[in-house]
Amino acid sequence: MIALSDYLILGAIMFCISMAGIFLNRKNVIILLMSIELMLLSVNMNFVAFSHFHGDLAGQVFVFFILTVAAAEAAIGLAILVVLFRTRSTINVADLDSMKG
Amino acid sequence: MTKLLFYAFALVLVAGGLRVITARNPVHAALSLVLAFVASAGLWLLLEAEFLAVVLVLVYVGAVMVLFLFVVMMLDINLVPLREGFIRYLPVGFLVALLIVVQLAMVVGPGTFGIQRVPPPAPAPPEHSNTEALGELLYTVYVYPFEIAAVILLVAIVAAIALTMRRREGIRYQRPDQQVRARREERVRLVKMPAERDR
Amino acid sequence: MSSVYLWIVLAPLIGALVAGLLGRQIGRAGAHSVTIGAVAVSTVLSAVVFKDTVIDGAAVYDATVYTWGQIGAIHLEIGFLIDELSATMMLTVSFVSLMVHIYTIGYMHDDPGYQRFFSYISLFTFAMLMLVMSNNFLQLFFGWEAVGVVSYLLIGFWYTRPSAIYANLKAFLVNRVGDFGFLLGIAGVLLYFGSMHYGTVFERAPELAGLTMNIWLDAEWSVLTVICLLLFLGAMGKSAQFPLHVWLPDSMEGPTPISALIHAATMVTAGIFMVARMSPLFELSETALSAVMIVGAITAFFMGLLGLVQNDIKRVVAYSTLSQLGYMTVALGASAYAAGIFHLFTHAFFKALLFLGAGSVIIALHHDQDMRNMGGLRKYMPITWITSLIGSLALIGFPGFAGFYSKDAIIEAVGASDLWGSGVAHAAVLLGVFVTALYSFRMYFMVFHGEERMDEHTREHLHESPAVVTVPLVLLAIPSVIAGAIYVEPMLFGDHFGDSLKVLPGHDTLAPLAEHFHGALSFALHGLVTAPFWLAMAGVATAWFLYLYRPDLPARVRERAGVLYDVLDRKYGFDEFNDWFFAGGARGAGRALWRLGDETLIDGLMVNGTARLVGWVSGIVRHVQSGYLFHYAFAMIIGLLVLIGVFVTR
Repeated sequence: MIALSDYLILGAIMFCISMAGIFLNRKNVIILLMSIELMLLSVNMNFVAFSHFHGDLAGQVFVFFILTVAAAEAAIGLAILVVLFRTRSTINVADLDSMKG
Repeated sequence: MTKLLFYAFALVLVAGGLRVITARNPVHAALSLVLAFVASAGLWLLLEAEFLAVVLVLVYVGAVMVLFLFVVMMLDINLVPLREGFIRYLPVGFLVALLIVVQLAMVVGPGTFGIQRVPPPAPAPPEHSNTEALGELLYTVYVYPFEIAAVILLVAIVAAIALTMRRREGIRYQRPDQQVRARREERVRLVKMPAERDR
Repeated sequence: MSSVYLWIVLAPLIGALVAGLLGRQIGRAGAHSVTIGAVAVSTVLSAVVFKDTVIDGAAVYDATVYTWGQIGAIHLEIGFLIDELSATMMLTVSFVSLMVHIYTIGYMHDDPGYQRFFSYISLFTFAMLMLVMSNNFLQLFFGWEAVGVVSYLLIGFWYTRPSAIYANLKAFLVNRVGDFGFLLGIAGVLLYFGSMHYGTVFERAPELAGLTMNIWLDAEWSVLTVICLLLFLGAMGKSAQFPLHVWLPDSMEGPTPISALIHAATMVTAGIFMVARMSPLFELSETALSAVMIVGAITAFFMGLLGLVQNDIKRVVAYSTLSQLGYMTVALGASAYAAGIFHLFTHAFFKALLFLGAGSVIIALHHDQDMRNMGGLRKYMPITWITSLIGSLALIGFPGFAGFYSKDAIIEAVGASDLWGSGVAHAAVLLGVFVTALYSFRMYFMVFHGEERMDEHTREHLHESPAVVTVPLVLLAIPSVIAGAIYVEPMLFGDHFGDSLKVLPGHDTLAPLAEHFHGALSFALHGLVTAPFWLAMAGVATAWFLYLYRPDLPARVRERAGVLYDVLDRKYGFDEFNDWFFAGGARGAGRALWRLGDETLIDGLMVNGTARLVGWVSGIVRHVQSGYLFHYAFAMIIGLLVLIGVFVTR
């Protein structure tokens, strides 16, 4: 039988993959945004797993909202990316260091 | 059987995730993300969250990922120099990620949430509709967050447009707000002058 | 009677305040009238007290006038102790002060600071009287410091002259060194006797005779010896004993009247007076008495030698004062307190006379003080000439004059003493007689006899000084002649001092002298055949030979003497040493503290150093803020790692 812990560990693995994606990727802002989507996916996985094993639908309701917000955030993030590309003509993360101390 | 499905989907999910972060071509990365989402939807079906599984595919894959692909293909990206530096930092990054996985596994692993602690629930009867149950909760108990979620979507739309809309120079277009505000006295001036015959 | 004492002290104070604060309003005549009137009151009343206490033998007056503070069991008081010693001092001080006040009318006639001067000398009179009339150590110290301050003000009277400012600061600082010891002595008295009142201390002194204290490295010192030596340190500063003598010659920068008043008759004698007053304490410590005698002997002889090479007329008299103070100190060391005070008494008159006479000469030569520009003045200034001759004869101890009685008594007393070092002291004071005669008649011959070396213009204007100058000279000449003869018997052998001076039987060096004393006249006649007389005559003859008969010789002697002359000319190198060691040392320490302490340590290390440290650290830390998103994300993840790790492993 699949235990709850299996799903949770799977979620943890996805989370770490996406984390690695964030700091290993130095060249592409789009990959960054995609990693964020992956991260949200892993969290959703957790919620659904808990919802199933505890028999409480609140988890799924929460996933519903996460989905909504993730969609909104992806839209705005891409809009920002587009504007960034228009002004800088680059999506290289290593070029975005104007906040350097 | 369930176990087999679980591992199959899990494998695809993980493979897709890895492909996302290691792909050279961003389109490949986007498509791998799509694969990951689909595998995830399969897993949710196993967890008897049918509505969400479908919504994941419809909304996330169908809308969000398509948007990603639009943007990726729209931007004129120079691919070649993108992979530098990745290999150099791989060992450290891999190590850190691995450590976190191990730690998280210690927290949420079999010790805490194993089969003995949390027994798997009985499968739902065939008449049980996940969608219906979700709807009952959503429109009664959680109606307020629901409405707010709608507002958030509205805000996202407005924000995205406000950020990216460009006006082209020289194109004429209507401005309804000014049209409505126009007043006769400003536009028309009556002048008295004698009649003239032109020859 | 107590109100009389109060008026003696307050009159000069009031005079000083009026002349000082209202000087401009009351004008010159007003200033000198007020102060002279006040000091005259003091003098007359002091004479009354003298008659009452010494001549009529009234009881000793020891009372508190006002308690101005109290610290636990210690009472801080103003009080008067009027016995024979203080009555004698009071009369001396006020009389000489009065003479100087009158003299100043003539001497400072053209000076813009006229009223200020009178105010200062009256203030000085007040302070000195407070000192001698005091009945406790604290008031003594007050008077001590006050005379020091007024001396500072008066030496630097012409404050626009750098040499005057150098001199007054030097006087004050050297005095301070002595005062440091003095204060420690008073502290010792307070510590061991529990009171600062003379009566209490003297009564309890014999009980502490055997007590010892541990000062340093387990060396046990007798308490009374330590206290007496510390008190004497104060006397050394005030009375310019070796090695704290360096300020007195420089103090000649002040106007001549104050050289007469302060640095001959009164302030410098405060130390002598103090030791005499403390005789009950000193008698109990033979070590202290030996020290006193030896220091006095050194001063008497070596300072006299310095008088031989001075060309400034006032410097000669200054070194003469130093030498005579040495004589007084030697007398005190030999427990002949009466002789010391007697010499103080007579010396006040003839030394003031010599100073005022020198001042008269200086006025006549329009304030030129170099003896090499004088000569043959006896024709032009007869009164000054005669009185200066009288003063010089008194100084060298010519039989019959005042100085003879006191000086010979001292020499005999030192000879009779058997303290450690008395042999050397005796030799020193005997040789000192020769030296004294030599320098004083060198001065006399160079100024009043011989060829006239002043320029033509000055010679035409030479005339005797006005009456305000010559009357004090005459008035001081009279006691210089007769005071010795009148007072030798009562002061030395009689009951003049009553119980005010205490001498233990074992130390009584005047007793052998008393056995041979058959009256003043026979003492004088006997003096014609004693060693001091011959030595003095030898000195006079040498001076006559070198400065009148063969005036070309001194220059050749100087050439031949070479090194010896150089040593004397440089005053044994004391001034140079002090300037190099103490002044230079202080400046060097200041410079080191400035460069090293202030600039390097505080400014450089602490102030600027912390700023630079902050700058350096922030220069390193700022690399954390790279501007790269993935760096920040990585930092967050590392933090997460640590956090989870803490929770997981706990």
